[in-house]
Amino acid sequence: MSGKYQRVAYYPGCALEGTGHAYNRSTKAVGKKLGLDLVELKNWNCCGAMEVKNIDPKLQTYLSARNLSIAKDMGFETVMAPCNGCYHNLKKAEYDLKHDSESIEVNDRLATKAGHTKYQSGDVETIHALDWIKHSIGEEGLKQHVKNSLKGLKVANYYGCMYTRPRHIFPEKDQGPGSESTSKPHFMDDLLAAAGAENVEYPLKTACCGGAHTLSDSETSTRLVLNLLETAEACGADVIATECPTCHSGLEMHQKRAETVFGRKTKVNILYFTQLLGLALGLSQRKVGIHENLSDSRDLLFEKRIG
Amino acid sequence: MPIHEKSLIRSEDLITHEELVLDGVDVSGHWSTFIENRAVTDYNEAMEDEISALPGGEFIHRCWQCGSCTNACTVNAINPDFNPRFWIYLIRTGMEEELLRDKDIIWQCVSCNKCTYACPRDVNPEGVMKATAHWLELKGHTEKKPSMIFDEEFTEQIVTTGKIEDGRVLRRFFAKTGQPLFQEWLVALVRSLVFRLPIGLLTKMGLATLFHPRTRGWSRSRAAMEEYIAERETENRKALGLESKS
Repeated sequence: MSGKYQRVAYYPGCALEGTGHAYNRSTKAVGKKLGLDLVELKNWNCCGAMEVKNIDPKLQTYLSARNLSIAKDMGFETVMAPCNGCYHNLKKAEYDLKHDSESIEVNDRLATKAGHTKYQSGDVETIHALDWIKHSIGEEGLKQHVKNSLKGLKVANYYGCMYTRPRHIFPEKDQGPGSESTSKPHFMDDLLAAAGAENVEYPLKTACCGGAHTLSDSETSTRLVLNLLETAEACGADVIATECPTCHSGLEMHQKRAETVFGRKTKVNILYFTQLLGLALGLSQRKVGIHENLSDSRDLLFEKRIG
Repeated sequence: MPIHEKSLIRSEDLITHEELVLDGVDVSGHWSTFIENRAVTDYNEAMEDEISALPGGEFIHRCWQCGSCTNACTVNAINPDFNPRFWIYLIRTGMEEELLRDKDIIWQCVSCNKCTYACPRDVNPEGVMKATAHWLELKGHTEKKPSMIFDEEFTEQIVTTGKIEDGRVLRRFFAKTGQPLFQEWLVALVRSLVFRLPIGLLTKMGLATLFHPRTRGWSRSRAAMEEYIAERETENRKALGLESKS
């Protein structure tokens, strides 16, 4: 086991304290089961999600940089953010503070006024929950921990937008064998395959769920989500595995909305990849927060004899 | 004077005389069809500069019209009128009237960044969409769109408390946009969840709506950000030649 990500700072973010609590619960449970240490950032703040940048992008850079400065103050070199939005924003802040002098100036000014440590690019590395498990445990390590294989479960791996786009804020991706791909990401596929799942060929891995406008433009979001759900079903998937609380709740909400408002029913289930991993590691449904999902997956898990 | 073919083919620009004889030649019906507007004279030459002064619009001048953005666009796939490549062209040529025909859909960009990913010139089309939507609103061409109401509500909560509580965002967004909170699909969703949740978690969620989560010692960050936002707002209005708000 590589020691690099054995103990990392943990940035759950707002969604994981609210609608995405199941993701928070299952991420921590999986980490514990695998012997990985997560230390939550002290007194963190919101990263700015997808909204603050529309008011002013440098404000979002400041919000994200404040969290990175906390990790630095706590003596960490790595911060792990499971939420795609948080992960994306922290990466974006890191990029802007390395390349854009105006962003550096605004961030320094705001940090000085607010009276906390100024974050400088290069101080802390931001990783996703996928990187965390992939690089600390890996597929082989994971196989040894699997107690309850996901055999027979057909999974469509859904990565969403913010994990791979725009490409320039992820300098470590697209670096050849072993690195993540921005056009055809595979880390989630790799981990779930190691847990025994059968991944289906899903062409919409990085398509958009309309999460930015889940509420402000429900019509567009429902159409986009319905396309994701129906395609997953056409690919033969039982489950869509997610890695982002915005995508996850968007999929759940618009699955229901498509059914209630348009009478288009889909029965593919939606679970966080950490929930699936947790079940494979022998954790109970309660431990990975199956009861906290808006959609009900109990019948499927019973039918497939998982968890 | 350039001829802009896009505006030539609209039905309202076509004139056809049902009965027309010219120099003894009968050209009634489609024989007399011609296009009325052939030239554009009302250019808004300041438009590109104004939009590039707003956050996100900085690199619009790099565009060489390859169309990769529109080709990759998520929204274009469900609404062909949503055309970032065309809008960038209109902004850069100053064709304000043409752009205004689409003023009510530009805000619908979902920020998926497929355009930014595909763009060979680093125009950041996603940012241009946001800057354009912002410009339309500041100039008074459109009312405040739902996404902007949402962004403002969201930002205000973060600036005030340091954190977001999703239940509160939902309630206040529906209140501000005049939508009922008890929408059929939302009720169905909450009902199915509540029946499955253990009492402990429900209590915790209920308490979270009473005691909003917040970041401790946030007041100085809040003051710093409020000052910055006010400063930016003044700058943005100035770049657009608008009076300062206060």
